[in-house]
Amino acid sequence: MSADVAIGTKGEAADTVIHPAWVRICHWINAIAILVMIGSGWQIYDASPLFDFTFPRQIALGNWLAGALLWHFAAMWVLVVNGIVYVALGIMTGRFRRKLLPIYPREVAANIGQALTLRLAHDDLSTYNAVQKLLYAGIILTGVVIVLSGVSIWKPVQFQDLTTFFGGYDTARYVHFFAMATIVGFLVVHIALALIVPKSLRAMISGK
Amino acid sequence: MRKRRIIPGVDKDLLIKDAAKLMPEPSRRMFLRSAATLGALTFLTGCDIIDGDTAENVLRKVSSFNDGAQALLFSKTKLAPTFPESAITKPFPYNGYYDEDDAPAIDGKVYKLEISGRVDNKKPWTLDELYKLPQVSQITRLVCVEGWSAIGSWQGVRLSDFLKRIGADTRAKYVWFKCAEGYTNTIDMQTALHPQTQMTFKYHNRILPQAYGYPMKIRIPTKLGFKNPKYVVAMEVTNTDKGGYWEDKGYNWFSGL
Repeated sequence: MSADVAIGTKGEAADTVIHPAWVRICHWINAIAILVMIGSGWQIYDASPLFDFTFPRQIALGNWLAGALLWHFAAMWVLVVNGIVYVALGIMTGRFRRKLLPIYPREVAANIGQALTLRLAHDDLSTYNAVQKLLYAGIILTGVVIVLSGVSIWKPVQFQDLTTFFGGYDTARYVHFFAMATIVGFLVVHIALALIVPKSLRAMISGK
Repeated sequence: MRKRRIIPGVDKDLLIKDAAKLMPEPSRRMFLRSAATLGALTFLTGCDIIDGDTAENVLRKVSSFNDGAQALLFSKTKLAPTFPESAITKPFPYNGYYDEDDAPAIDGKVYKLEISGRVDNKKPWTLDELYKLPQVSQITRLVCVEGWSAIGSWQGVRLSDFLKRIGADTRAKYVWFKCAEGYTNTIDMQTALHPQTQMTFKYHNRILPQAYGYPMKIRIPTKLGFKNPKYVVAMEVTNTDKGGYWEDKGYNWFSGL
């Protein structure tokens, strides 16, 4: 509702920027960085699997452990610097508060019901429904968890308090893995929906 | 846990054979082969960065940058966490990509630790002489570059004490280690002087078994396992980075924890 008002006050909906430039730039830098992190992370996982499976080489990045580590610890900087810029701007501009809060459980439940019966409205891309709010807020938090758990695996001596926070070195590896799995699960839904509603993809490219 | 390990090998043929196994694409493009198959990276297609040597050069430059970043993060006084006896991993995994039986067999009676480089006293050390030096003990976690970890108990001489004793120039940048089977390692001086960096002669209060690096291993709980050479026969204090077996193949040089 509030977005309708916002569009109304501006006059022409067509000129309304849904995603400002900084959001789009951060989004696509993040998209590349996270795919490199996931692909190389799978190859690293394969060197010492936590579970009874490995990732096929064809979808892993780096060809062998050393190559994967080089990719992982290079893309790490891109992911973290870009992530800090994104979160800082999201907070400072008030975008997070405006777009993602508040999240009411009752609305989430209602939206899920609508989505399952294919009645969830998505005409107005400038405002998020409760499920979107929950997913986007959740994936930002997951991003924080995957970076911090990653740091705790990378530096279990220098940042040993952080490693302890994640339950120790071995447990932190599981946290890092499940954060990855959460992101992959999010990506499946996120990309599927972007393809189902192409104008949302257009909005993330052109802003409108 | 799988038994493919990054710790020093024995015999050159075995080393090469195993390295070839680990690196199915021995060409310079080894890092990039599967890059193109990652659908998302089609964003980069046509871009120079995905093209062979250029990408590898960029990645290696970032890895050097990471060496510097890790040296900055490294604290001379921050100790690796220590554990009670009950936390020791049993059995402590044998590290090596060759059979345990193939580990270098060194005769302790004729063994001598060779000293070279920027030190006052280059006299080689026999094992008896080394055993007489004041010893310290640690129960710490060994973290492998592959991701697994294990807690072990090591006894030996503080490397910093030893370097002082032989009159090493501790303003030099590196300490280089050479192992019986040809494995090598270079570490930064600040890590060499860290209080937990140890010339290890015993595992769990017993003379180091052959599998764990007899007669001497360098135990560095602030670095990944492959930076903990076994079967060490020579040590050099130097200002030249002489690299190392795995570092030269692409593992990060500093590899600090």
